Amino acid sequence: MKSHVLRPLWVVLALVAVVLLFRVFYVPQNFGIGKRGYMYGWHREANVEDWKNFKVKYNGSSEFCNNCHPDKYESVMKTPHAIIICEDCHGPAIDHPVDPPKLTIDKSRGLCLRCHTYLAYPTSGRADIRGIDPAEHNPDMECVMCHNPHNPMEGLR
Amino acid sequence: MITRRELLKNTVRVIGGIALPLSAFRIITAEEVLAANNDGTKVRWVFLVDTYKCVGCGMCVKACKKENEIPWDANVTRTWVERYVHTKDGKVYADTPKGARDGFTTTKIDLGMGEYKDIKKEDIERAFFVPKLCNQCEKPPCVQVCPVGATYQVPDGVVLVDRSWCIGCGYCIMACPYGVRFFHPVYHVAEKCNFCYHRITKGMKTACVSACPFGARKIGNIKDLNDPVTKIIMTERVGILKEEYGTKPQNYYIGLSEEVK
Repeated sequence: MKSHVLRPLWVVLALVAVVLLFRVFYVPQNFGIGKRGYMYGWHREANVEDWKNFKVKYNGSSEFCNNCHPDKYESVMKTPHAIIICEDCHGPAIDHPVDPPKLTIDKSRGLCLRCHTYLAYPTSGRADIRGIDPAEHNPDMECVMCHNPHNPMEGLR
Repeated sequence: MITRRELLKNTVRVIGGIALPLSAFRIITAEEVLAANNDGTKVRWVFLVDTYKCVGCGMCVKACKKENEIPWDANVTRTWVERYVHTKDGKVYADTPKGARDGFTTTKIDLGMGEYKDIKKEDIERAFFVPKLCNQCEKPPCVQVCPVGATYQVPDGVVLVDRSWCIGCGYCIMACPYGVRFFHPVYHVAEKCNFCYHRITKGMKTACVSACPFGARKIGNIKDLNDPVTKIIMTERVGILKEEYGTKPQNYYIGLSEEVK
């Protein structure tokens, strides 16, 4: 066969070789079929560790807060608000008191209204929570001006 | 004419013949099934949602966004809460304003396009909230469609996305029947709930589970038979979402009803 017929074939083969060579350098060593098989486990193994090392922000428990703020912890634990973790209102605190030294407390009306806007929804726990109509109940005021979130049952301030 | 000897002989044969196959039947315990089907892993994360307990406060969405660095004001979220309101005239209204990032603080249903519908208390037949998040399916379609191996399943069941490997083609976002995937506005790659993998692998609860004051959300290991979540799934009436897709979702819902998709 004449060489000009074969010439495109050499070009194609060269391209394939270049792609394969590029692949050897580009694809990480730990890329391959994981334990979940080809269909679900085809991945870069090191990425699992990457996700495990993702920064944690929430302690996820009020016990951590009790170490330094037992007075606050004990008072709130006697109230219906004991079910709410401190970080829900005080913000994520995994590195507190180093970073940040002082937490930013969410004292907004909107935070209280998440539960205490009264919604008469049967078959939902929401209907059992004491609530208000935000348009009627002192619409211009912050809740914390009268109510103490650490002891909501004590009466108005 | 049958003799006494033959009668006794045949009786013994018949009783023996029946008793032999019966001995093959025995009660298999859950432990034995688990041991027989064990693939070498001791952990399979599952999620349990109690829709009766959820009050739609959206603390879970807030905590998730902060924990997982999902931009606060972008209209994307790894988890969200839906509100369903059935009226007495047979209509169903559902909404999830901003994914319930700020909870549900009004009786008005968000119909979209800036329209709202206020439903009066006396018109409501039943109404409830349903938290949603990634189902970490046993057969995840989002993983099957990924052309580059950027999304995959860990043997403990969690589906992860490799941010450095994702090319942003969006196939997985289209493939998920539950709509839990989205583009991360900062990294420009596919993003999804991963059960706070950095937390559960350290023995912590997910951010949403910790933030939920009402115990509506729970995470557990279904391969641990003493796990309270496993016990509830095995003994109570729980439902899963879009069973007909065959994805084998691993989020179990108490109090699920048919209009929840």
